Amino acid sequence: MDLTYSAEENAFRMEVRAWLEANVPSAPLPSFDASREGFEAHREWERKLSEGNWGMVTWPKEYGGRALDLIQWLIFEEEYWRAGAPLRVNQNGIFLLGPTLMEFGTPEQKARFLTAMASGEEIWAQAWSEPQAGSDLAAVRSTARREGDEYVLNGHKIWSSRAVFADWAFGLFRSDPGSERHKGLSLIFFPLNAPGVRVQAIPQIDGETGFAEIFLEDVRVPAFNRLGDEGQGWHICMATAGFERGLMLRSPARFQMAAKRLVELYRKHEAECDPAIRDAVLQAHMDAEAYALSIYSTASRLIAGGKIGAEASTNKIFWSEMDIAMHRTALAILGARAELVRAAPAAGEDARWLEGYFFSLAGPIYAGSNEIQKNIIAERMLGLPRG
Amino acid sequence: MDFRFTDEQKMTAEAVEGLLADLCQASDLRRLMESGDARDEKRWTALVEMGLQGALVAEEEGGLGLKPADFVLVAEACGRAGLPEPLVDNAGVAIPLLADIVRATGAGADLLEQALAGEITVAAAHPVNAFIADADTAGAIIAIWNDELFVVTPDAVELVRQQSSDPFRRLFTLAARPSSAVVSLPLSEAQAYLDAALDRGALFSAAQLAGIAQRAVDLGVAYSKERMQFGKPIGSYQAVKHLLATAQVKIEFVRPVIYAAAAATPDRNVFSRSRISHAKIMASEAADLACRTSVQVHGAMGYSWEVDVHFFLKRALALASWWGDARFHRARVATRVFGHPLGADQTFPKG
Repeated sequence: MDLTYSAEENAFRMEVRAWLEANVPSAPLPSFDASREGFEAHREWERKLSEGNWGMVTWPKEYGGRALDLIQWLIFEEEYWRAGAPLRVNQNGIFLLGPTLMEFGTPEQKARFLTAMASGEEIWAQAWSEPQAGSDLAAVRSTARREGDEYVLNGHKIWSSRAVFADWAFGLFRSDPGSERHKGLSLIFFPLNAPGVRVQAIPQIDGETGFAEIFLEDVRVPAFNRLGDEGQGWHICMATAGFERGLMLRSPARFQMAAKRLVELYRKHEAECDPAIRDAVLQAHMDAEAYALSIYSTASRLIAGGKIGAEASTNKIFWSEMDIAMHRTALAILGARAELVRAAPAAGEDARWLEGYFFSLAGPIYAGSNEIQKNIIAERMLGLPRG
Repeated sequence: MDFRFTDEQKMTAEAVEGLLADLCQASDLRRLMESGDARDEKRWTALVEMGLQGALVAEEEGGLGLKPADFVLVAEACGRAGLPEPLVDNAGVAIPLLADIVRATGAGADLLEQALAGEITVAAAHPVNAFIADADTAGAIIAIWNDELFVVTPDAVELVRQQSSDPFRRLFTLAARPSSAVVSLPLSEAQAYLDAALDRGALFSAAQLAGIAQRAVDLGVAYSKERMQFGKPIGSYQAVKHLLATAQVKIEFVRPVIYAAAAATPDRNVFSRSRISHAKIMASEAADLACRTSVQVHGAMGYSWEVDVHFFLKRALALASWWGDARFHRARVATRVFGHPLGADQTFPKG
């Protein structure tokens, strides 16, 4: 065990820091879920990142990456969040689909999709859930009918993050018409502007349109857009879910910066705070550190050839609960001003906590609800029998 | 940067685990409890023969010169087995403390030599602990009376037993000032050694608590696979699964903190102290939740003397305040949080 950074790792940190200091926009970008303008501003930022080869540092160089290891990825993320750089509008692509494409894609598919993904040229949405297939994802009914070199897609997807403004979606479809449950499913990509695709925004709890319904009516895509073998869709989705819940989706730096801001907020209002708040603030710091240390531990194991297992599920539960707790503590500090939105003169930048709180409530739901994660932990980690 | 334990570190822990698997089953615990003896001589002899009592003492002072990170998995294994004998406090805390005192004062070398040879154990008082553990079987006692610290042999102290609910905790207070001493010095002059002992004590208590927590979950899992209700094992019901999974999540997020704390312990700075304290607070909480969960999953059996969970519940209760309770350790975390830089690049801060 050696918990010190090598000279190379320290030099890398300084390189990232210098680039970000020179390039991160001085004013925050408008939300990518509220307007086309905000979305495009974030795409522009992705382009800039990719010009510096910072799009996805762990990817191979031929796809715009730097072929770095997961410890360096963590260092990059630490610096990224430290610099207050914009949220990654293409997270569904770069963090979820990207690693899956790397594992299951053909060389032609990788060449076609990964570079455009890393550069922000093509921004991705996820199209898995359906009205009748949420936690029970294997109940998907949307179909992919093979006709020659094409698939014809039909169905109704829902809760697709970023779909309102994104360019592409990766969806789970029933490609074998007689199949049931986990069998006969395929993972297929489709452009969101293809004929027959209709995207309907769903206003969220915070009023923004971060997710949408997607209606597909005889949407024709080339068979080239299928990832992996026909019928292998469930297996591939589970691998993607592993990445999603595992490491990439929520890097520890995000929560360490939130904990730092929470400490600053507390110090500002210390005199007015209930004594219990102090313990909650310390807990936020400890939880953010525990999450970071756990991810460093997992990263070390993966670098040495290990595979991500049920810790994908333990991580997801931990960060989603931590995120809510931190924001609740911040709201308790803000007291009467907690309910104010950004437009209120008495709120200002502090409204960020309320916005973050609303978003945190989605954490235990998306990427597989925490109840499903607990089933996974109980069955795969603890060996309890399936119900 | 590499978070993995070395093969050597793992092998040391596996050797202890193997020994405990042979000699520290729940039936062994019950046999010792019923005998009323202080220790199982066969098990203790086997542990002593492993030579770990000098693990954390410098090689030039007759020890193995290992680091806390080399011993932390051993402490975890002892917690998981519910080991009654004081391997962790003796080797992890008291003997290195004695070595510090011997080095500083030049006295007591023969007691240290005997302790390193495994001929005697060392029991240590500490300002943070209300009691001295295992003082009745120790050949050397580091005692505190008012503002003085003493190294004494057992004949110099009158011990008062303070019975614990944990049948294997042997706790004592002193009835009077020691009548004679091999070493005596003002407490203030021993402060640095006592601080270092506290760090080790808290760290290894945290590791034991993580082991206890895992054992409690393991017992709950085993029972819930066997116990049938409504025609199915109770472990197939989500209500039971979620209780156990929730406890397991707590354990998963305290282990890396304990291991990072072990690596940082030699730094002896505000960051290492905070990390040790973080580990201690969260390990106590994980063990508390895991043990209560295990009682609940066992149903009425969980409340019985017959099921083994209570051994771990009681040890968890004891260790939660041993080497500093949550309030004490939270204050050390607060010193770090409110007085030093925070943020995403501060996961492994330099002293």
